[in-house]
Amino acid sequence: MNNYSLIAIIIIYLAMLFFIAFLAEKKRQSKWVNNPYVYTLSLAVYCSAWTYYGSIGIAANSGIDFLPIYLGPVIAAPLWIVILRKIIRISKQHKISSIADFISLRYGNHRFLGALVTIICLFGTLPYISLQLKAVSETFEIMAGESSYISTTILDDSTFYVALLLAVFATFFGTQNTDASEKHKGIIASVAFESILKLIFFLVIGAYITFYLFDGTSDLYNQMTKTENFKELNTLGGVEDGFNWLFMIALSFLAIFLLPRQFQVSVLENNREKHLKKAIWLFPLYLLLFNVFVIFIAWAGKITFGPESNAEYYALLLPLEYGNTFLATLVFLGGFSAVISMVILSTLALSTMVSNNLIIPYGFLDKFIKNQPERNSKYIKNIRRISIFTIIIAAYFFYISFSKELSLYSIGLISFVIIAQLAPSFFIGLFWNRGSSKAAITGMIIGFCFAFYTLVLPFTLDAYTGTDDFLHYGLFGIDSLKPYALFGIDFLSPPAHAFFWSMTFNIMSYLVFSLISKGNYRERNYAEMFVDSKNFTKLQDSALVWKGEAYVSDIKNVLVRFLGEKRATRALSIFFTKYKLPPDTQLADARLINFSEKLLTGSIGSASAKILIASVVKEEQISLVEVLKILEESKETIVSNKALTEKSKELSQLSTQLKDVNEELISKDKQKDEFLDTVAHELKTPITGIRAATELLMDDEDMPKEIKAQFLKNILQDSDRLGRLIHNILDFEKLETGRLNLDLQYQDLQKTITKALASISQIAAKKEVKIINKNSHTFKTIYDEDRILQVLTNLLSNAIKFCAPKTGIIEIDYRLGNELVEISVSDNGKGIPKEDHDYIFDKFYQSKDQNTRKPQGSGLGLAITKQIVEKHNGKIWAKKDVKGGASLVFTIPFK
Amino acid sequence: MKKKILIVDDEPNIVMSLEYTFKKQDFEVFIARDGSEALEILKHQIPNVVLLDIMMPNVDGYQTLTHIKNTDSLKNTKVVFLTAKNKASDIEKGLKLGADKYLTKPFSVKKLVSEILELL
Repeated sequence: MNNYSLIAIIIIYLAMLFFIAFLAEKKRQSKWVNNPYVYTLSLAVYCSAWTYYGSIGIAANSGIDFLPIYLGPVIAAPLWIVILRKIIRISKQHKISSIADFISLRYGNHRFLGALVTIICLFGTLPYISLQLKAVSETFEIMAGESSYISTTILDDSTFYVALLLAVFATFFGTQNTDASEKHKGIIASVAFESILKLIFFLVIGAYITFYLFDGTSDLYNQMTKTENFKELNTLGGVEDGFNWLFMIALSFLAIFLLPRQFQVSVLENNREKHLKKAIWLFPLYLLLFNVFVIFIAWAGKITFGPESNAEYYALLLPLEYGNTFLATLVFLGGFSAVISMVILSTLALSTMVSNNLIIPYGFLDKFIKNQPERNSKYIKNIRRISIFTIIIAAYFFYISFSKELSLYSIGLISFVIIAQLAPSFFIGLFWNRGSSKAAITGMIIGFCFAFYTLVLPFTLDAYTGTDDFLHYGLFGIDSLKPYALFGIDFLSPPAHAFFWSMTFNIMSYLVFSLISKGNYRERNYAEMFVDSKNFTKLQDSALVWKGEAYVSDIKNVLVRFLGEKRATRALSIFFTKYKLPPDTQLADARLINFSEKLLTGSIGSASAKILIASVVKEEQISLVEVLKILEESKETIVSNKALTEKSKELSQLSTQLKDVNEELISKDKQKDEFLDTVAHELKTPITGIRAATELLMDDEDMPKEIKAQFLKNILQDSDRLGRLIHNILDFEKLETGRLNLDLQYQDLQKTITKALASISQIAAKKEVKIINKNSHTFKTIYDEDRILQVLTNLLSNAIKFCAPKTGIIEIDYRLGNELVEISVSDNGKGIPKEDHDYIFDKFYQSKDQNTRKPQGSGLGLAITKQIVEKHNGKIWAKKDVKGGASLVFTIPFK
Repeated sequence: MKKKILIVDDEPNIVMSLEYTFKKQDFEVFIARDGSEALEILKHQIPNVVLLDIMMPNVDGYQTLTHIKNTDSLKNTKVVFLTAKNKASDIEKGLKLGADKYLTKPFSVKKLVSEILELL
């Protein structure tokens, strides 16, 4: 394939990625952009050209040693739920925009620490980017069939142009926002897309080689066993190899957290924490699929090409060897995808660090002019754009100077070891609040020096001086200073060896310095916030302890410089509303300081934000004890506030309940009082009559005989009334308190009605009222006969009472309804006034409209009747639409 | 001239005893079975004393008393409550409304007569 068609394919492919990124930016809220699959696939930026090509090289030359690089992330994945979630929470809360920001904020916005982390990341990532460029360049040459061609000038080198194109892409989609903590949805979408492509293409070529070119895995195995030292390659070589594996796994475990591009995708670009749940199983699965064919492609290459050719490009060379240019192009594009994702995300992450943690805090802060927010944000964006270009160009020169000599795999490991130097201050600092900034700095520098001495220096010297004396004899010829066998440890591979020593000294100095040096109060403050992040997220802005004097107007001025008048004013008004402060507040408190620092962090980094805010406030030093006390107090306040709110809620609920109960009691009491009052009144009436009559009879000897007889008759009448009344009261009380047990028997309703009619026949006859029993059928059901008899007698005598003498007619009737029998007593008396319908069954109720003489009675008859009916689970009521007379109805249910 | 008494009560047996008693004391006795009947009688008669029950249907004792107090022609008429209600609050209410005496049921006939005579 010629140069031009290859370049055309590259340009078309890049245009497609541009389009995807553009679309994703435009539809930022769409679920196509915001879902756990995109998140997981973006994590697969871990699989760069190193994976795509380098693994096969290792598999061919060292057997299964390529595996540890994937085992580390697989082991790390389940831990994400704990560790990564914590990191994501903290980062979101503090608007962190890079790993340098994260580490420097943990140690109290430490400016130098942020810069140091940035420099280490630069050292660690530049070779890595150059590795990608190397892969592009070499695969390009293979595809174009120009393996012998060596470019003489930069302008002649196609890799240079590819690098420039990548820089344009990263600049375009990476610097749309001044606030670097904003999500880059376009880039992430295109990275996810590329992750799909590179996996598919790799699987396709794997399957093609294994099953098409060869006769499956067993065929490959059989052919391979015939080659030399096959066994040694594919078995673990004792304890020493075991250590190598262990350190490699540890190295890749750390890398999945610490690589700037991994931090970018896994933490900063995380939309929702719950996406992690999918990622922890899907990402290892992705890695597994990616490695399925690695060993077979390596074997196939070895069988086909022998030991001489560059094993890293077997995936490309094999289809080309068999004349399948199409598949080779796919492989090339897959590798190219891996390169693009890695380069763009790495430069994006690095440029943010370089601008926010290196350039702006060291000297550029003064350049930001007041009241020109647009110009300032342009400045910031330009710094980042220039950084992106510089980084990629620098990587290109690194590639020109060193990478050509080294394999992809070894460059990748150098990067890993350097980046791993961040691990102690990152991980230990996350869980141990004693870790101090001095310790972090010392550990990192010492670790870096060891890594440099044992890994970078040997090949640099080799590249420049052309001799490997340093490697064989050590510094000044001292044996124990040999870079690959420091202090006599000579059984580890160079990267594992470098990792072991640098990490040992890094961790040791971190621990030692943490124990002997204490950070200032601010550092301890942030340490608490990070370590105990769960508790402090609730405290929000008040988690920062700060004492001093600051004016809201000064702080606002600083904010305006970066956010513009409109956004600054809006942010402040949101702040005032959130904490219920008056909008004309003049003195700033700790919460506003923290809030403002966070606002600025996204744009200019945490260190710069701190410096800027500090420049307009007069801060007082607070002792450590005070910090911890204040933090403890605010935590407790929140807890006790919560408890108090709950308690007071409980109390108010309780008091409402009490009130209800009290009201009920009062009303019951009142009812009881009224009842007793009425009872007393009712009892007194006949007694009064008896007493008066008796007195008159006793004292008045010459009373006429007929009057005497009348008085005696009155006394008798009143005594009867008294007896009846007492009987009814007791009866009623028994019914109302539920102490009455019904004597339930199978009874004939017709017989009971007949009995009732017999018992009142005398009174009826006396008043000459006619009673008609309308239903002559028998009907048997269960009830207490004595009590129902009482009900019937009551209703009948009531009817008689209200009927006119001689013309009165009373009808008693019953009919069967749905599971109940309905019994009615109707008369042609004066009827019940409408307003009384609801009250006639109340005890001692007397109609207001009763303008005739009060009929004789206890006032309890209907109340007792109602109680008895209800005790039988029935109902009693007065019919409403009766013309001329009253009709009282009650029911007895049956089954 | 005979003294006039109006007895207002809805219990016939009690009314009968009272009627007999005051007739013996040489009163001219009027009987009302509730407040509204009493008011009807008071349109034509100006008794010296009204013996008033409280718990009666329609117009009760309190209402009747208020009417008497508001009627100019009855300003010399004494009003005596004779009732079974004997709570302190009831007595206070009755006296506040302007009753001249508050007697409770059951009562002693002799004592009642002496109380009424004393009042006149």
